[in-house]
Amino acid sequence: MDRVILHSDMNSFYASVECLYHPEFQGLPVAVGGNPKNRHGIILAKNQLAREAGVKTGEALWEARAKSPQLIIVEPNFERYLKFSKMARKIYYRYSELVEPFGLDEAWIDVTGSTHIYGSGEAIARKISREIQSELGLTVSIGVSFNKIFAKFGSDYKKPDAITVITRENYQEIVWERGVGELLYVGRSTGKKLMKYGIYTIGDLAKSSMDFLKCQLGKMGVILWDFANGLDNSPVKWFDENYNGNERVIKSIGNSITTPRDIENTKDMKLVMYMLTESVAMRLRETDCYCQTVAIHIRTKELRSFTRQMKLSKPSDLTGEIGEAAILLFNQNYDFSSPVRSLGVRAADLVPNTVPIQLDLFGHEEERIRQGRLDITIDGLRKRYGNHSVRRAVTIGDTMSCMDPKKDHVIYPLRYF
Amino acid sequence: MENKYTKKYVKVIAEFEEDGRIIPLRIFWEDGRVFEIDRILDVRPGVSRKVGGQGIRYLCRILNKEVCLFYEEPRWYVESK
Ligand SMILES: [Mg+2]
Repeated sequence: MDRVILHSDMNSFYASVECLYHPEFQGLPVAVGGNPKNRHGIILAKNQLAREAGVKTGEALWEARAKSPQLIIVEPNFERYLKFSKMARKIYYRYSELVEPFGLDEAWIDVTGSTHIYGSGEAIARKISREIQSELGLTVSIGVSFNKIFAKFGSDYKKPDAITVITRENYQEIVWERGVGELLYVGRSTGKKLMKYGIYTIGDLAKSSMDFLKCQLGKMGVILWDFANGLDNSPVKWFDENYNGNERVIKSIGNSITTPRDIENTKDMKLVMYMLTESVAMRLRETDCYCQTVAIHIRTKELRSFTRQMKLSKPSDLTGEIGEAAILLFNQNYDFSSPVRSLGVRAADLVPNTVPIQLDLFGHEEERIRQGRLDITIDGLRKRYGNHSVRRAVTIGDTMSCMDPKKDHVIYPLRYF
Repeated sequence: MENKYTKKYVKVIAEFEEDGRIIPLRIFWEDGRVFEIDRILDVRPGVSRKVGGQGIRYLCRILNKEVCLFYEEPRWYVESK
């Protein structure tokens, strides 16, 4: 029997919650943005009317105001969003124990086991939609399908306040004609590559040769081909009810290097860590993924080796954040009691970078978006002018910095399970 | 849009049951009046679209009128004209 999987997505989540607490905003474009007193504030989320006015997530507050002079901008209320996220999940748990959150405002629910009690997937989706509306005052879009990827597609297909059922009979009609970028895990970077080969729609992807995709995109190519053909069989994972965050679907990217001379001090260690991180993070961005865990591998002159890892406070593809984590891990776990022969950095617990924006409780999101833009710009320069065209200051003026980890060394392939 | 309702926070006396349920018994108005809750007609999570908020919504009968009392931790409020 086919599984019955729902993907529920609360529409314009942050902005909708704000509107709920401000009835006076009714009928007005509303955006959630960084502190408006801060000149450099940016838009973090917006409601439907603001979207229609052309307001975009990530743009400066003044840009948004220029497009929509009556735009109301409110500061984010992180605690409140967490509360609503938890309450929504409580509603999902009425229908299944298998609830896998994806960001604060989205979740997969495997209701295969409860259809004999509550009716079809569509019937359950309708109940959930009604309950969220009456108890939380929010609307949801829900996709119902036989796998997670199509369920997610369904929740994006029609919004707000809609239910889309994707079956084995209609998926070619509904899914295949849409742009390839609408498939989960096809982000900006992968989308561009596919377009280069004339693959524009999900149907094009489904009908292209799997071997060809594997050549171009590696294992990711095979995964995407499966997705497009409705063959995804990844389970909806069980989570602790109090868990807040995302879980991996695709695994890890890493790089390691045996240095020309042993590493015996912090300065050299940092230099190598940054070089490795640059290549790992760039690869991460090319794959359209964020990592949630950073691991390092240390091998000493005596060939003793060990691995240490840490969870990041939130998913990231930022060179700076990953590099800092790697260096921190090193400092916490090694004291140069013996020189280091080789080092590795690995980004693990990968999630697609299309994961809904995660506002953090300390409001660093704006800075992170800016860092992300910088990383993308640097990636572009390196692609055009070579990996050494832009370099971190710590890596300049050292013989070791001639190493080019991205080009010279094998990058471990993605693993999927 | 003009809104004729305001969120009015009120003092409440409530009973905490062994099973975790909270049952409001009496509401204290700011002008000193006290209202007994004669009956609770409905309890469920709900939203107030009139004044803006989300919490446990108690539909109460007070002096033969139906009143929505909200418990949005840690405070109680009513939709007041
Ligand atoms: Mg959403």
